[in-house]
Amino acid sequence: MAPRRVLILGATSAIAQAVARVYASEGARLALVARNRQYLEVVANDLKVRGASSLWTETADLLDLARHATLVDQAEQALGGLDVALVAHGVLPDQAEAVADVRVAEACWRTNFVSPAALLEAVAHRMEEVGTGTLAVLSSVAGERGMARNYVYGASKAALTAYASGLGQRLATKGVRVVTVKPGPVGTPMTAGRVSRTGLLADVDDVGRRIHRGLERGWAVIYAPAYWRLVMAVIRLLPTWLFNRTKT
Amino acid sequence: MALADAAGPTSWGRYPPTAQRAIALAWGSDPLPPGSEPVLAHGMGRSYGDVCLNPDGPVLLTRGLRRFLSFDAATGVLRCEPGCTLGEVAALALPRGWFPPVVPGTQFVTVAGAVANDVHGKNHHRAGTFGRHVRALELVRSDGGRQVLGPGANAERFAATVGGLGLTGLITWVELQLARVPGPWMDVEAVPFTSLDGFAALADESDRTHAYTVAWVDGLASGAALGRGIFFRGNHAEAAGTLSPPRPRWNVPLDAPDALLSAPLLRLFNAVYRRWPRPGVHRQTLWKFLHPLDAVGGWNRLYGKRGLLQHQSVVPGKDAVHALLAAAAESGQGSFLTVLKTFADVPSPGLLSFPRPGWTLALDFPGRGEATLRLLERLDAIVLEHGGRVYPAKDARMSPATFRASFPEWKAFAAHVDPRFSSGFWRRVAHEA
Repeated sequence: MAPRRVLILGATSAIAQAVARVYASEGARLALVARNRQYLEVVANDLKVRGASSLWTETADLLDLARHATLVDQAEQALGGLDVALVAHGVLPDQAEAVADVRVAEACWRTNFVSPAALLEAVAHRMEEVGTGTLAVLSSVAGERGMARNYVYGASKAALTAYASGLGQRLATKGVRVVTVKPGPVGTPMTAGRVSRTGLLADVDDVGRRIHRGLERGWAVIYAPAYWRLVMAVIRLLPTWLFNRTKT
Repeated sequence: MALADAAGPTSWGRYPPTAQRAIALAWGSDPLPPGSEPVLAHGMGRSYGDVCLNPDGPVLLTRGLRRFLSFDAATGVLRCEPGCTLGEVAALALPRGWFPPVVPGTQFVTVAGAVANDVHGKNHHRAGTFGRHVRALELVRSDGGRQVLGPGANAERFAATVGGLGLTGLITWVELQLARVPGPWMDVEAVPFTSLDGFAALADESDRTHAYTVAWVDGLASGAALGRGIFFRGNHAEAAGTLSPPRPRWNVPLDAPDALLSAPLLRLFNAVYRRWPRPGVHRQTLWKFLHPLDAVGGWNRLYGKRGLLQHQSVVPGKDAVHALLAAAAESGQGSFLTVLKTFADVPSPGLLSFPRPGWTLALDFPGRGEATLRLLERLDAIVLEHGGRVYPAKDARMSPATFRASFPEWKAFAAHVDPRFSSGFWRRVAHEA
């Protein structure tokens, strides 16, 4: 089988790195975009050692929406086509700070929704033209029901999930598959010091392997770890009077 | 599935219980987190006691630093970040004919943790400690300085860092010389013995014929039966093949009740285990032989909420081991898992390296309060009487006197300790009373 051609946007995110590690070990061709040149080089180097058959990297601030189309074109050319794209950048702001200062909330929404949504559209445009591809975005279980402790973040992920859902429906007949990835709390620098109330943080490589499996098997929604599908189904079904009495 | 406790990082023995704050490191090139509190690197939390804990400040989680920097499949030289586990190194290197030169009983330890505790394995009589295979490493000090250390560069600080319990600064990468292996298989043999003399004879013979040797001792046997056990020996099989490292087959999700490790059940386990081995040579995967306990994820939870205290020492030989086993048997506190192995005269570069020529005995006790602590004090005394030493990586309670008698080099070592790095262990053993 020819090596997979994979574009990762926000490639220095811990979960993106974990997914990239799996693709690299299979000999994939990788295109990586991230903001910090130094970090990106360390990630690219690791993926090379693990077996990536080619690597293309580009430094870019993905908040600069005007660059999206060019980035996607460049990556596609470097890879010689595009089988999988993963939009992975995001931030988890401190909820109290984001509520107190709307600029913090707005910055979160830009990074977690405006930029990824625009980027999804840019990649979708190319994949639609070619008529094939898997387009994935890192959303979160936090987007399934707004909760007191993280609804600024959760709202941005809810919007992103809705966007990916609509895009997926639009492209369903065009040969392009849109995948929404919903990790639960994962042990990454993003969650450090912010302990999950469930008491458990998943290992990032377990999450990476599961996302890889979902992408390659054609799942529309990937919960990682898997039990979050059940947990969130229950949380969504709680009546409001009960939900408001639980502190999750 | 590997899950981290949200209550914060713990040590493997989960004794002493500590509510530990944590800062996750993401990039080796970043400066240390600002502040003046003491810090300590924490990897997989597989050391048993408090060498990996820092109750007065945060621990710096190194698992975010799990990237490889370079690997030369022709020479077997690997450079990686500190948080890569030996299992991850093996998964990368084994298909290309290389394997970590030294592995402890579990593959779930980080490379930097293996350096900081200068770990040994079942092949100590051939390969010595992990630190002997470190070609270079980078250390970040709290003054912002970065130093590349190795046997030929900054050799004194290198000697302090190998086996230095993470106290000399933060390791940001390690360069290792891996060992050539034919494949993932081993030819192994289990031979019962009825006494420590039997162990000595088997060890003497097997250390010459086998790359890996270790023995299980029946920790509940006393009187004439004391010192009986099973000797395990193995060599890499001349058989190629590619296998992925196994994931744990079972997981212990909850703390077991104390009754699980009660005397009658322990007796039953030991009796069954003693009769288990089949005669002759068998072919096994190296994971099964080298890391048998990895098949059960979170097996430390079998010891219940009060945790596990291990006592590992190295002593000159039979008499001291006999005295230790007798003291443990007399106390009535059964050691669930008792492991005995010979160390050969293979010097380590590490100043505080634990192994020295002799016999090393590891005893696992469930935490049962004062009685357990008294027994461990008694074992310390026996070790010191025989001129032995106690292993910090397994310890949660040794006295300053025991530490200093075990490691007379500790004062020379202390000069290399970074002023901002400390641990629960270090504050206990090094500070004047």
